Amino acid sequence: MAYVAIFITYIFINNFILTQFLGLCPFIGVSKNSESAIGMGMAVTFVMGIASIITWLVYNLLLLPLDLAYLQTLSFILVIAALVQFVEMIIQKNSPALYQALGIFLPLITTNCAVLGIAIMNITEGYNLMESFSAGIAAGIGFTLALVLMSNIRERMDLHPVRKAFKGVPIAFISGGLMALAFMAFDKALLTNLLG
Amino acid sequence: MNILFAFLIIASLGLLLGMGLALAAKKFAVEKDERAEQILAILPGANCGACGYPGCSGYAGALSSGKAQNGLCSPGGAKTSALVSKILGIADGGAGERMVAFVHCRGNNELTKRDFQYEGIEDCSAAHMLFQGESSCKYGCLHLGSCIRVCPTNAIHRDEKGNVSVDPDACIGCLKCTLVCPTKVIRMIPARGSHAIACNSHDPGPVVRKICQVGCIACKICEKKFPDSGCTVTNFLSDIDYGKPMTQIADAALACPTKCIVEAR
Repeated sequence: MAYVAIFITYIFINNFILTQFLGLCPFIGVSKNSESAIGMGMAVTFVMGIASIITWLVYNLLLLPLDLAYLQTLSFILVIAALVQFVEMIIQKNSPALYQALGIFLPLITTNCAVLGIAIMNITEGYNLMESFSAGIAAGIGFTLALVLMSNIRERMDLHPVRKAFKGVPIAFISGGLMALAFMAFDKALLTNLLG
Repeated sequence: MNILFAFLIIASLGLLLGMGLALAAKKFAVEKDERAEQILAILPGANCGACGYPGCSGYAGALSSGKAQNGLCSPGGAKTSALVSKILGIADGGAGERMVAFVHCRGNNELTKRDFQYEGIEDCSAAHMLFQGESSCKYGCLHLGSCIRVCPTNAIHRDEKGNVSVDPDACIGCLKCTLVCPTKVIRMIPARGSHAIACNSHDPGPVVRKICQVGCIACKICEKKFPDSGCTVTNFLSDIDYGKPMTQIADAALACPTKCIVEAR
Protein backbone atom coordinates (compact mmCIF):
# COMPACT_ATOMS: atom_id res chain seq x y z
CA MET A 1 0.00 0.00 0.00
CA ALA A 2 2.86 2.36 0.87
CA TYR A 3 4.23 2.00 -2.66
CA VAL A 4 0.87 2.76 -4.29
CA ALA A 5 0.68 5.86 -2.12
CA ILE A 6 4.17 6.89 -3.21
CA PHE A 7 3.31 6.46 -6.88
CA ILE A 8 0.07 8.42 -6.65
CA THR A 9 1.80 11.11 -4.62
CA TYR A 10 4.67 11.71 -7.01
CA ILE A 11 2.76 11.29 -10.26
CA PHE A 12 -0.32 13.37 -9.45
CA ILE A 13 -0.34 15.10 -6.09
CA ASN A 14 3.27 16.25 -5.96
CA ASN A 15 3.89 16.28 -9.69
CA PHE A 16 7.38 17.69 -10.03
CA ILE A 17 6.62 20.08 -12.84
CA LEU A 18 3.01 21.07 -12.33
CA THR A 19 2.86 21.24 -8.54
CA GLN A 20 6.40 21.74 -7.33
CA PHE A 21 7.63 23.69 -10.38
CA LEU A 22 10.95 21.85 -10.55
CA GLY A 23 12.62 21.15 -13.89
CA LEU A 24 10.75 23.75 -15.93
CA CYS A 25 13.63 24.17 -18.39
CA PRO A 26 13.07 20.92 -20.33
CA PHE A 27 9.31 21.32 -19.80
CA ILE A 28 9.40 24.29 -22.17
CA GLY A 29 12.51 23.34 -24.14
CA VAL A 30 11.80 19.73 -25.16
CA SER A 31 8.01 19.83 -25.42
CA LYS A 32 7.78 20.93 -29.07
CA ASN A 33 7.05 17.42 -30.32
CA SER A 34 5.82 14.35 -28.50
CA GLU A 35 8.55 12.00 -29.74
CA SER A 36 11.42 13.85 -28.13
CA ALA A 37 9.22 14.56 -25.09
CA ILE A 38 8.80 10.82 -24.53
CA GLY A 39 12.53 10.27 -25.05
CA MET A 40 13.39 13.02 -22.59
CA GLY A 41 10.87 11.66 -20.09
CA MET A 42 12.39 8.18 -20.33
CA ALA A 43 15.91 9.54 -19.84
CA VAL A 44 14.85 11.61 -16.81
CA THR A 45 12.88 8.70 -15.32
CA PHE A 46 15.90 6.44 -15.71
CA VAL A 47 18.24 8.99 -14.15
CA MET A 48 15.82 9.69 -11.29
CA GLY A 49 15.35 6.01 -10.49
CA ILE A 50 19.06 5.15 -10.51
CA ALA A 51 19.99 8.42 -8.79
CA SER A 52 17.52 7.63 -5.98
CA ILE A 53 19.19 4.30 -5.32
CA ILE A 54 22.76 5.54 -5.49
CA THR A 55 22.18 8.71 -3.48
CA TRP A 56 20.36 6.68 -0.82
CA LEU A 57 23.32 4.29 -0.65
CA VAL A 58 25.81 7.14 -0.55
CA TYR A 59 23.89 8.89 2.19
CA ASN A 60 23.13 5.90 4.41
CA LEU A 61 26.25 3.82 3.95
CA LEU A 62 28.86 6.52 3.49
CA LEU A 63 27.83 9.91 4.80
CA LEU A 64 25.79 8.91 7.87
CA PRO A 65 28.31 6.45 9.40
CA LEU A 66 31.13 8.94 8.84
CA ASP A 67 29.06 11.78 10.29
CA LEU A 68 29.32 13.80 7.10
CA ALA A 69 25.60 14.40 6.42
CA TYR A 70 26.34 18.06 5.69
CA LEU A 71 28.06 16.94 2.45
CA GLN A 72 24.75 15.58 1.19
CA THR A 73 24.07 18.16 -1.55
CA LEU A 74 27.64 18.20 -2.82
CA SER A 75 27.99 14.44 -3.08
CA PHE A 76 24.53 14.08 -4.64
CA ILE A 77 25.42 16.52 -7.39
CA LEU A 78 28.60 14.55 -8.04
CA VAL A 79 26.70 11.29 -8.33
CA ILE A 80 23.99 12.77 -10.56
CA ALA A 81 26.52 14.40 -12.89
CA ALA A 82 28.34 11.10 -13.38
CA LEU A 83 25.03 9.30 -13.96
CA VAL A 84 23.89 11.76 -16.61
CA GLN A 85 27.20 11.39 -18.41
CA PHE A 86 26.64 7.66 -18.40
CA VAL A 87 23.09 7.95 -19.74
CA GLU A 88 24.33 10.33 -22.42
CA MET A 89 26.84 7.73 -23.60
CA ILE A 90 24.20 5.02 -23.76
CA ILE A 91 21.78 7.18 -25.73
CA GLN A 92 24.47 8.36 -28.13
CA LYS A 93 25.42 4.77 -28.78
CA ASN A 94 21.96 3.27 -29.05
CA SER A 95 19.81 6.07 -30.45
CA PRO A 96 21.69 8.82 -32.29
CA ALA A 97 18.41 10.33 -33.50
CA LEU A 98 17.13 10.77 -29.94
CA TYR A 99 20.55 12.10 -28.96
CA GLN A 100 20.25 14.81 -31.59
CA ALA A 101 16.65 15.62 -30.77
CA LEU A 102 17.41 16.11 -27.08
CA GLY A 103 20.49 18.17 -27.86
CA ILE A 104 21.66 20.38 -25.02
CA PHE A 105 18.82 19.29 -22.74
CA LEU A 106 20.39 15.87 -22.21
CA PRO A 107 23.54 17.12 -20.41
CA LEU A 108 21.30 19.69 -18.74
CA ILE A 109 19.59 16.88 -16.81
CA THR A 110 22.70 17.21 -14.63
CA THR A 111 21.52 20.59 -13.43
CA ASN A 112 17.88 19.59 -13.49
CA CYS A 113 16.68 20.43 -9.99
CA ALA A 114 14.00 17.73 -10.25
CA VAL A 115 16.68 15.02 -10.03
CA LEU A 116 18.45 16.63 -7.08
CA GLY A 117 15.01 17.35 -5.64
CA ILE A 118 13.93 13.70 -5.54
CA ALA A 119 17.30 12.66 -4.05
CA ILE A 120 17.00 15.15 -1.19
CA MET A 121 13.29 14.51 -0.72
CA ASN A 122 13.96 10.78 -0.27
CA ILE A 123 16.30 11.62 2.61
CA THR A 124 14.01 14.14 4.31
CA GLU A 125 11.01 11.79 3.98
CA GLY A 126 13.07 9.02 5.55
CA TYR A 127 12.32 6.43 2.86
CA ASN A 128 14.08 3.07 2.77
CA LEU A 129 15.92 1.89 -0.33
CA MET A 130 12.94 0.40 -2.19
CA GLU A 131 10.71 3.34 -1.31
CA SER A 132 13.37 5.75 -2.56
CA PHE A 133 13.65 3.86 -5.82
CA SER A 134 9.88 3.83 -6.40
CA ALA A 135 9.66 7.49 -5.48
CA GLY A 136 12.34 8.21 -8.07
CA ILE A 137 10.56 6.22 -10.77
CA ALA A 138 7.20 7.75 -9.87
CA ALA A 139 8.60 11.28 -9.99
CA GLY A 140 10.08 10.46 -13.38
CA ILE A 141 6.74 9.16 -14.64
CA GLY A 142 5.06 12.33 -13.37
CA PHE A 143 7.67 14.38 -15.20
CA THR A 144 7.09 12.37 -18.40
CA LEU A 145 3.32 12.75 -18.04
CA ALA A 146 3.56 16.53 -17.79
CA LEU A 147 6.02 16.68 -20.69
CA VAL A 148 3.92 14.47 -23.00
CA LEU A 149 0.69 16.31 -22.20
CA MET A 150 2.41 19.60 -22.88
CA SER A 151 3.95 18.43 -26.16
CA ASN A 152 0.58 17.22 -27.40
CA ILE A 153 -0.98 20.56 -26.54
CA ARG A 154 1.81 22.39 -28.32
CA GLU A 155 1.56 20.18 -31.40
CA ARG A 156 -2.12 21.05 -31.67
CA MET A 157 -1.47 24.70 -30.98
CA ASP A 158 0.89 24.85 -33.97
CA LEU A 159 -2.12 24.46 -36.26
CA HIS A 160 -4.10 27.26 -34.68
CA PRO A 161 -3.79 30.96 -35.28
CA VAL A 162 -2.09 32.44 -32.22
CA ARG A 163 -1.51 36.14 -31.79
CA LYS A 164 2.02 37.14 -32.67
CA ALA A 165 2.83 38.36 -29.17
CA PHE A 166 1.81 34.99 -27.70
CA LYS A 167 3.36 32.70 -30.33
CA GLY A 168 5.81 30.06 -29.10
CA VAL A 169 7.01 30.19 -25.51
CA PRO A 170 4.53 32.72 -24.03
CA ILE A 171 1.47 30.65 -24.96
CA ALA A 172 3.34 27.55 -23.76
CA PHE A 173 3.85 29.12 -20.35
CA ILE A 174 0.19 30.13 -20.18
CA SER A 175 -0.93 26.58 -21.08
CA GLY A 176 1.54 25.23 -18.53
CA GLY A 177 -0.03 27.47 -15.89
CA LEU A 178 -3.51 26.27 -16.78
CA MET A 179 -2.34 22.66 -16.58
CA ALA A 180 -0.87 23.34 -13.15
CA LEU A 181 -4.23 24.77 -12.12
CA ALA A 182 -5.92 21.56 -13.30
CA PHE A 183 -3.44 19.46 -11.31
CA MET A 184 -4.47 21.31 -8.15
CA ALA A 185 -7.49 19.01 -8.23
CA PHE A 186 -5.20 16.22 -7.03
CA ASP A 187 -4.48 16.73 -3.36
CA LYS A 188 -3.91 14.73 -0.21
CA ALA A 189 -7.66 14.20 0.15
CA LEU A 190 -7.53 12.06 -3.00
CA LEU A 191 -4.98 9.80 -1.36
CA THR A 192 -7.00 9.36 1.83
CA ASN A 193 -10.15 8.68 -0.18
CA LEU A 194 -8.41 6.11 -2.35
CA LEU A 195 -6.43 4.27 0.27
CA GLY A 196 -8.36 5.08 3.42
CA MET B 1 41.40 16.78 10.78
CA ASN B 2 37.70 16.47 10.22
CA ILE B 3 37.76 18.71 7.16
CA LEU B 4 40.62 16.69 5.67
CA PHE B 5 38.55 13.56 6.11
CA ALA B 6 35.56 15.10 4.35
CA PHE B 7 37.81 16.26 1.56
CA LEU B 8 39.24 12.78 1.11
CA ILE B 9 35.82 11.16 1.03
CA ILE B 10 34.45 13.49 -1.63
CA ALA B 11 37.66 13.27 -3.67
CA SER B 12 37.66 9.48 -3.63
CA LEU B 13 33.97 9.40 -4.51
CA GLY B 14 34.71 11.66 -7.48
CA LEU B 15 37.67 9.53 -8.48
CA LEU B 16 35.61 6.37 -8.32
CA LEU B 17 32.83 7.82 -10.45
CA GLY B 18 35.39 9.26 -12.87
CA MET B 19 37.01 5.89 -13.35
CA GLY B 20 33.63 4.29 -13.84
CA LEU B 21 32.85 6.86 -16.53
CA ALA B 22 36.19 6.28 -18.24
CA LEU B 23 35.45 2.56 -18.42
CA ALA B 24 31.94 3.22 -19.72
CA ALA B 25 33.30 5.61 -22.34
CA LYS B 26 35.49 2.80 -23.66
CA LYS B 27 32.64 0.35 -23.71
CA PHE B 28 30.12 2.66 -25.33
CA ALA B 29 32.53 4.44 -27.65
CA VAL B 30 30.92 5.57 -30.91
CA GLU B 31 33.47 5.07 -33.63
CA LYS B 32 33.65 8.09 -35.87
CA ASP B 33 34.72 8.02 -39.49
CA GLU B 34 36.89 10.99 -40.38
CA ARG B 35 35.66 10.93 -43.94
CA ALA B 36 32.08 11.26 -42.72
CA GLU B 37 32.98 14.51 -41.01
CA GLN B 38 34.78 15.78 -44.11
CA ILE B 39 31.73 14.98 -46.22
CA LEU B 40 29.44 16.63 -43.69
CA ALA B 41 31.47 19.82 -44.06
CA ILE B 42 30.92 19.74 -47.83
CA LEU B 43 27.21 18.97 -47.83
CA PRO B 44 24.95 22.04 -47.95
CA GLY B 45 23.65 21.56 -44.41
CA ALA B 46 20.02 22.11 -45.38
CA ASN B 47 19.01 18.86 -43.62
CA CYS B 48 16.21 18.62 -46.17
CA GLY B 49 16.10 14.84 -46.48
CA ALA B 50 15.97 14.80 -50.30
CA CYS B 51 18.63 12.07 -50.27
CA GLY B 52 16.36 9.82 -48.22
CA TYR B 53 18.56 9.91 -45.11
CA PRO B 54 17.79 11.72 -41.84
CA GLY B 55 19.63 14.97 -42.42
CA CYS B 56 23.06 15.71 -43.83
CA SER B 57 24.90 13.83 -41.08
CA GLY B 58 22.89 10.71 -41.84
CA TYR B 59 23.80 10.91 -45.53
CA ALA B 60 27.46 11.62 -44.72
CA GLY B 61 27.58 8.55 -42.49
CA ALA B 62 25.93 6.36 -45.13
CA LEU B 63 28.29 7.68 -47.83
CA SER B 64 31.44 7.05 -45.83
CA SER B 65 30.39 3.51 -44.98
CA GLY B 66 29.58 2.85 -48.63
CA LYS B 67 25.88 2.27 -48.05
CA ALA B 68 24.65 5.25 -50.03
CA GLN B 69 25.06 6.23 -53.62
CA ASN B 70 26.86 9.44 -54.46
CA GLY B 71 24.89 12.20 -56.19
CA LEU B 72 21.67 11.94 -54.20
CA CYS B 73 22.10 15.41 -52.74
CA SER B 74 19.89 17.64 -54.89
CA PRO B 75 20.68 20.95 -53.14
CA GLY B 76 24.42 20.35 -53.60
CA GLY B 77 24.11 19.20 -57.19
CA ALA B 78 27.06 18.27 -59.39
CA LYS B 79 29.56 20.33 -57.39
CA THR B 80 28.96 18.46 -54.16
CA SER B 81 28.96 15.04 -55.78
CA ALA B 82 32.35 15.81 -57.42
CA LEU B 83 33.82 16.83 -54.05
CA VAL B 84 32.38 13.79 -52.31
CA SER B 85 33.80 11.44 -54.94
CA LYS B 86 37.21 13.04 -54.40
CA ILE B 87 37.10 12.30 -50.66
CA LEU B 88 35.88 8.76 -51.06
CA GLY B 89 38.11 8.06 -54.05
CA ILE B 90 35.23 6.71 -56.13
CA ALA B 91 34.09 7.61 -59.60
CA ASP B 92 31.91 10.68 -59.81
CA GLY B 93 28.48 9.45 -60.81
CA GLY B 94 27.43 13.03 -61.35
CA ALA B 95 24.22 14.47 -60.06
CA GLY B 96 20.95 13.96 -61.81
CA GLU B 97 19.34 16.84 -63.62
CA ARG B 98 18.40 19.72 -61.32
CA MET B 99 14.70 19.57 -60.68
CA VAL B 100 12.59 22.32 -59.15
CA ALA B 101 9.10 22.27 -57.75
CA PHE B 102 6.31 23.91 -59.71
CA VAL B 103 2.73 24.61 -58.66
CA HIS B 104 0.63 23.32 -61.56
CA CYS B 105 -2.32 25.63 -60.88
CA ARG B 106 -3.12 29.25 -61.51
CA GLY B 107 -6.62 29.24 -60.08
CA ASN B 108 -7.72 31.37 -57.16
CA ASN B 109 -10.98 32.44 -55.59
CA GLU B 110 -11.63 34.98 -58.36
CA LEU B 111 -10.92 32.69 -61.29
CA THR B 112 -12.23 29.42 -59.91
CA LYS B 113 -15.68 28.65 -58.52
CA ARG B 114 -16.08 27.54 -54.95
CA ASP B 115 -18.50 24.92 -53.65
CA PHE B 116 -18.45 26.38 -50.16
CA GLN B 117 -16.32 28.56 -47.95
CA TYR B 118 -13.77 26.79 -45.77
CA GLU B 119 -13.26 28.27 -42.33
CA GLY B 120 -11.01 25.90 -40.44
CA ILE B 121 -7.43 25.54 -39.38
CA GLU B 122 -4.96 26.82 -41.92
CA ASP B 123 -3.68 23.54 -43.20
CA CYS B 124 -4.13 22.04 -46.68
CA SER B 125 -4.53 18.45 -45.47
CA ALA B 126 -7.27 19.48 -43.04
CA ALA B 127 -9.09 21.43 -45.75
CA HIS B 128 -8.69 18.53 -48.18
CA MET B 129 -10.37 16.15 -45.77
CA LEU B 130 -13.54 18.24 -46.02
CA PHE B 131 -14.97 17.42 -49.50
CA GLN B 132 -11.46 17.76 -51.00
CA GLY B 133 -11.36 21.50 -50.38
CA GLU B 134 -13.60 24.47 -50.97
CA SER B 135 -12.77 24.94 -54.64
CA SER B 136 -15.03 23.32 -57.26
CA CYS B 137 -11.84 22.05 -58.91
CA LYS B 138 -10.64 19.16 -56.79
CA TYR B 139 -7.23 18.95 -58.50
CA GLY B 140 -5.91 22.42 -57.83
CA CYS B 141 -4.08 24.37 -55.19
CA LEU B 142 -5.87 24.83 -51.86
CA HIS B 143 -4.05 28.11 -51.13
CA LEU B 144 -3.61 27.38 -47.42
CA GLY B 145 0.17 27.22 -47.67
CA SER B 146 1.16 23.92 -46.04
CA CYS B 147 3.99 23.80 -48.58
CA ILE B 148 5.16 27.27 -47.56
CA ARG B 149 5.57 26.09 -43.99
CA VAL B 150 7.59 22.96 -44.81
CA CYS B 151 9.92 24.63 -47.34
CA PRO B 152 13.41 24.69 -45.77
CA THR B 153 14.62 27.56 -47.97
CA ASN B 154 11.48 29.75 -47.98
CA ALA B 155 11.31 29.38 -51.75
CA ILE B 156 7.50 29.24 -51.87
CA HIS B 157 5.41 32.38 -51.76
CA ARG B 158 1.75 33.29 -51.85
CA ASP B 159 0.58 36.53 -53.46
CA GLU B 160 -2.34 38.67 -52.30
CA LYS B 161 -4.78 36.74 -54.52
CA GLY B 162 -3.78 33.46 -52.90
CA ASN B 163 -1.76 32.07 -55.80
CA VAL B 164 1.18 29.99 -54.60
CA SER B 165 4.40 29.94 -56.59
CA VAL B 166 7.88 28.46 -56.18
CA ASP B 167 11.00 30.53 -56.77
CA PRO B 168 13.01 28.19 -59.05
CA ASP B 169 16.34 29.77 -58.07
CA ALA B 170 15.74 29.25 -54.35
CA CYS B 171 14.30 25.74 -54.73
CA ILE B 172 16.75 23.00 -53.69
CA GLY B 173 14.60 20.12 -54.94
CA CYS B 174 14.05 18.47 -51.56
CA LEU B 175 10.53 17.26 -52.51
CA LYS B 176 9.09 18.24 -49.13
CA CYS B 177 6.33 20.38 -50.66
CA THR B 178 5.38 17.64 -53.12
CA LEU B 179 4.93 15.23 -50.24
CA VAL B 180 2.88 17.55 -48.05
CA CYS B 181 0.52 18.71 -50.83
CA PRO B 182 -2.74 16.73 -50.60
CA THR B 183 -3.80 17.36 -54.22
CA LYS B 184 -0.26 16.70 -55.57
CA VAL B 185 -0.54 19.91 -57.56
CA ILE B 186 3.14 20.59 -56.81
CA ARG B 187 5.32 18.38 -59.00
CA MET B 188 8.94 18.53 -60.04
CA ILE B 189 9.98 19.90 -63.44
CA PRO B 190 13.51 20.22 -64.85
CA ALA B 191 15.06 23.56 -63.91
CA ARG B 192 16.01 24.18 -67.57
CA GLY B 193 12.38 23.96 -68.68
CA SER B 194 11.17 27.33 -69.95
CA HIS B 195 7.45 26.60 -69.74
CA ALA B 196 5.11 24.48 -67.68
CA ILE B 197 1.43 23.54 -67.70
CA ALA B 198 -0.28 25.54 -64.95
CA CYS B 199 -3.18 23.12 -64.52
CA ASN B 200 -3.61 19.80 -62.78
CA SER B 201 -7.26 19.09 -63.62
CA HIS B 202 -8.27 15.83 -65.25
CA ASP B 203 -11.88 17.01 -65.52
CA PRO B 204 -13.29 17.02 -69.12
CA GLY B 205 -13.07 20.35 -70.98
CA PRO B 206 -16.72 21.45 -70.50
CA VAL B 207 -16.50 20.84 -66.75
CA VAL B 208 -13.27 22.84 -66.46
CA ARG B 209 -14.83 25.63 -68.55
CA LYS B 210 -17.69 25.88 -66.08
CA ILE B 211 -15.63 26.06 -62.89
CA CYS B 212 -12.29 27.64 -63.80
CA GLN B 213 -11.19 30.37 -66.20
CA VAL B 214 -7.54 29.31 -66.33
CA GLY B 215 -7.73 25.51 -66.48
CA CYS B 216 -6.66 23.18 -69.27
CA ILE B 217 -9.77 22.36 -71.32
CA ALA B 218 -8.03 19.63 -73.32
CA CYS B 219 -8.66 21.39 -76.66
CA LYS B 220 -5.45 19.81 -78.02
CA ILE B 221 -4.41 22.99 -79.87
CA CYS B 222 -0.93 22.74 -78.34
CA GLU B 223 -0.59 19.13 -79.37
CA LYS B 224 -1.99 19.37 -82.92
CA LYS B 225 -0.95 22.83 -84.16
CA PHE B 226 2.45 22.82 -82.49
CA PRO B 227 3.82 19.27 -82.75
CA ASP B 228 7.29 20.44 -81.73
CA SER B 229 6.06 22.05 -78.51
CA GLY B 230 6.44 18.82 -76.58
CA CYS B 231 2.82 18.98 -75.39
CA THR B 232 0.58 15.94 -75.40
CA VAL B 233 -2.92 15.79 -74.01
CA THR B 234 -3.72 12.69 -72.01
CA ASN B 235 -6.70 12.16 -69.75
CA PHE B 236 -8.01 15.70 -70.40
CA LEU B 237 -4.76 17.38 -69.34
CA SER B 238 -1.88 18.68 -71.42
CA ASP B 239 1.57 17.65 -70.33
CA ILE B 240 5.00 18.75 -71.52
CA ASP B 241 7.62 16.13 -72.33
CA TYR B 242 10.82 17.94 -71.37
CA GLY B 243 12.89 15.37 -73.23
CA LYS B 244 11.61 16.71 -76.57
CA PRO B 245 13.09 19.78 -78.35
CA MET B 246 10.22 22.11 -77.29
CA THR B 247 11.00 24.65 -80.03
CA GLN B 248 7.37 25.72 -80.51
CA ILE B 249 6.42 25.94 -76.85
CA ALA B 250 6.39 29.77 -76.77
CA ASP B 251 3.93 29.84 -79.72
CA ALA B 252 1.81 27.17 -78.12
CA ALA B 253 1.70 29.23 -74.93
CA LEU B 254 0.38 32.20 -76.94
CA ALA B 255 -2.19 30.06 -78.74
CA CYS B 256 -3.54 28.35 -75.62
CA PRO B 257 -7.13 29.63 -75.22
CA THR B 258 -7.04 29.58 -71.42
CA LYS B 259 -3.36 30.57 -71.21
CA CYS B 260 -2.52 27.71 -68.95
CA ILE B 261 0.89 27.13 -70.57
CA VAL B 262 2.98 29.57 -68.56
CA GLU B 263 6.62 30.54 -68.30
CA ALA B 264 8.27 28.53 -65.59
CA ARG B 265 10.79 31.20 -64.71
